Amino acid sequence: MTMQIAEPVSLSQSAAKARAHAAAARNNLRTEPKAVRIAIIALAIVFLSVFIVLPLVLVFAQAFSKGILAYLAALAEPEALAAIKLTLVVATISVSLNLIFGLVAAWAIAKFEFTGKTFLITLIDLPFSVSPVISGLVFVLLFGAQGYFGGWLRDHDIQILFAVPGIALATTFVTFPFVARALIPLMQEQGTQEEEAAISLGASGLQTFFRVTLPNIKWGVLYGVLLCNARAMGEFGAVSVVSGHIRGETNTMPLLVEILYNEYQFVAAFAIASLLAMLALITLIAKTILERHLDEGHDINDD
Amino acid sequence: MGLTLTWLSVIILLPLAGLFLKSLELSPEQFWNILSSRRTLNALRVSFGLAFAAACVNLVMGSIIVWALVRYRFPGRRLFDAIVDVPFALPTAVAGVALTALFAEKGWLGAPLAALGIKVAFTPVGIFVAMIFIGIPFVVRTVQPVLQDLDPEIEEAAGSLGASRWQTIIRVILPSLAPALLTGLALAFARAVGEYGSVIFIAGNLPNVSEIAPLLIVIRLSEFRCADATAIAAVMLVVSFVIIFAVNRLQRWAQNRVPAR
Repeated sequence: MTMQIAEPVSLSQSAAKARAHAAAARNNLRTEPKAVRIAIIALAIVFLSVFIVLPLVLVFAQAFSKGILAYLAALAEPEALAAIKLTLVVATISVSLNLIFGLVAAWAIAKFEFTGKTFLITLIDLPFSVSPVISGLVFVLLFGAQGYFGGWLRDHDIQILFAVPGIALATTFVTFPFVARALIPLMQEQGTQEEEAAISLGASGLQTFFRVTLPNIKWGVLYGVLLCNARAMGEFGAVSVVSGHIRGETNTMPLLVEILYNEYQFVAAFAIASLLAMLALITLIAKTILERHLDEGHDINDD
Repeated sequence: MGLTLTWLSVIILLPLAGLFLKSLELSPEQFWNILSSRRTLNALRVSFGLAFAAACVNLVMGSIIVWALVRYRFPGRRLFDAIVDVPFALPTAVAGVALTALFAEKGWLGAPLAALGIKVAFTPVGIFVAMIFIGIPFVVRTVQPVLQDLDPEIEEAAGSLGASRWQTIIRVILPSLAPALLTGLALAFARAVGEYGSVIFIAGNLPNVSEIAPLLIVIRLSEFRCADATAIAAVMLVVSFVIIFAVNRLQRWAQNRVPAR
């Protein structure tokens, strides 16, 4: 008995050794000398530290440079509070609009075949590659005094430019791609089988959407909303063009950072900036967690 | 269905069409006069030239970072991997003031550089630095998944057939990564050309020297010279279209290559 067991064990041991040896040899073929390895890692770390970590640390260091009391006082200024409130309002409007558009657009692109689909996808991507300043400019051309709808708006006493609607519109335009882009690949991958099954079993269109489609894409929706929100709160170029910079009224947080910085109120500027940086960091952490959920979804689908 | 298309057209196409219509109101001669004025030409040259230079730096540094993140294990690797996304998430105005304070004459990095006689903030070099900052995630995030999915066997095959490591990298790995590298380059370039928030603080904004095209659009707009602003914007928009088109072609090229592998 013992002999019979011992033999396979020793065999598998030597096999394992051979395999480990082969793996080591293969790894040797796929790696570089130690000196090169260390140089590459060092270069990457130094570059990322200088260009990304240092500016980030500096924001917080400057914000707290006069102590925590000065920091809190800067944030409690009425102007700062107005900017924070406006930013939250604008982000809420833009994110909810883009959530609806994004869901519908992704649904249409992923589940149906139609002519002009590639064109539609290009259209969705467009705000990503257009300069934010141009995104703002197009709304000035539409709604400004010399713009296409300018006269009509003035006659009806509607204020879009240099007011909340204009800021919300420009922000919506700039952040349009996020939700749709997060959902299209996800929905394409899942196909239409489950929806077809639900409908053939008697579910209505809305029931199918809320009971079948939405649970399947919930992490994707959250992911899109998260990135959309981060950009909406931080958008500067487009908003700067349409806002008119009316203090206490049409200044969002990024615009207030610019104004305070140009007035040499560095602590106040960096205090607001630190809030936005915090938002960015929280967004990144949440994004990492969501990506893990999305990956798990992939694995289940693969099985 | 039709509703989606209509909504999309209203929110994206209509504003952009407005821009082109507005620029068509100009006579070709006016259009040309605006574009060939010294200040406009210099602004375009600064934006496109520095954006391209920054995109090239990002291509090289991005590749090194991707290689380190994908192929090597080192302490803090996951942290640095996450940090790459910071320029995506950080509002551009925050990045702008932070970089300016960092590279200003009395800043943490500005002071030692000034001692060496290098002035970064409020010069074209500052614009270049800001453009590198905002462009780096584009190269890393486009190349990273491709390098991760690269079949290890082709490298092993090359190595075991006697290729040196350097030959394997140049002849085997680099061609497989080429579409992703070019896409990353194009995306970083497109972003840097149009970038406004992170650049204007550090640029100094001296006309003809360190004034970027998006800033000139804003200045013309505030002077109520709408036509000038529109003409510059139209040129930049055309360039964005060309870049999107190129990226789409690159993606298709990359997808078509997969079965061959």
